[in-house]
Amino acid sequence: MGANEMTLEFDSKSQNESFARLVVAAFTARLNPTIEEIADIKTAVSEAVTNAIIHGYGKEEGKIQIKCRTLDQELMVEVIDQGVGIEDIEKAKEPMYTTRPEWERSGMGFVFMETFMDSLEVESQVDKGTTIRMKKKIGGDKGEKRG
Amino acid sequence: MKHLTESKTSFQIMDQCLVIYMKDELDHHEALALRERSDKLIDKENIKHIIFDFKGVDFMDSSGIGMIMGRYKKVIFIGGKVTVTSVNSSVDRIFRLSGLYKIIEKYNTVKEALEAL
Repeated sequence: MGANEMTLEFDSKSQNESFARLVVAAFTARLNPTIEEIADIKTAVSEAVTNAIIHGYGKEEGKIQIKCRTLDQELMVEVIDQGVGIEDIEKAKEPMYTTRPEWERSGMGFVFMETFMDSLEVESQVDKGTTIRMKKKIGGDKGEKRG
Repeated sequence: MKHLTESKTSFQIMDQCLVIYMKDELDHHEALALRERSDKLIDKENIKHIIFDFKGVDFMDSSGIGMIMGRYKKVIFIGGKVTVTSVNSSVDRIFRLSGLYKIIEKYNTVKEALEAL
């Protein structure tokens, strides 16, 4: 099937969260994913975009970029912000850890990204921004039931 | 019995129990709005128990977990209970992964949840 790419850029407003995950789901549709795979991708993208809005930009407003690439049956998604960055990435990935308990953040965002995708990479520089890179093979693990 | 219908979510109050019938997608954006509207009712109507009905919800992320835990913390101190009903399989997976079922109970229908209070 070869490679296919798309880039999306939008403002870091919470009403764009739904739009962003739907675009990625629609882009992936060509790979003929199962309903469960689509749910996995939507959740992971939603977590990454929400993190960029809440933690990356906070009260500031900026742009969020999503880059998607499919190669054969694999989807690669990057969610990129130019926000405050993450000081301690390992700490941020811990279950239940959040810097924003007062905003009722559950601290489960990275856990869900790791669980629902095949791989997760986080690149971040304080005051420069964060890039979340996730990959998932579509139709690659039909025999495996998660959860 | 009182019915309060807003744009998407509808609320029902019986005695000290608030039933929240949610719709569509429960993400950070929707959770913020829901938090504000439900807390007003919880305070004004002296609510003890909360039932979150997921019948109309086809998507939820970790923001939904945070929103439910926040309401749980509000009512637990007065001996209240929080339950969820009509949960579909993808939402159920999020609940199980987050460990939320350690503190809240799940029922098939609102009726069953009300009977169990």
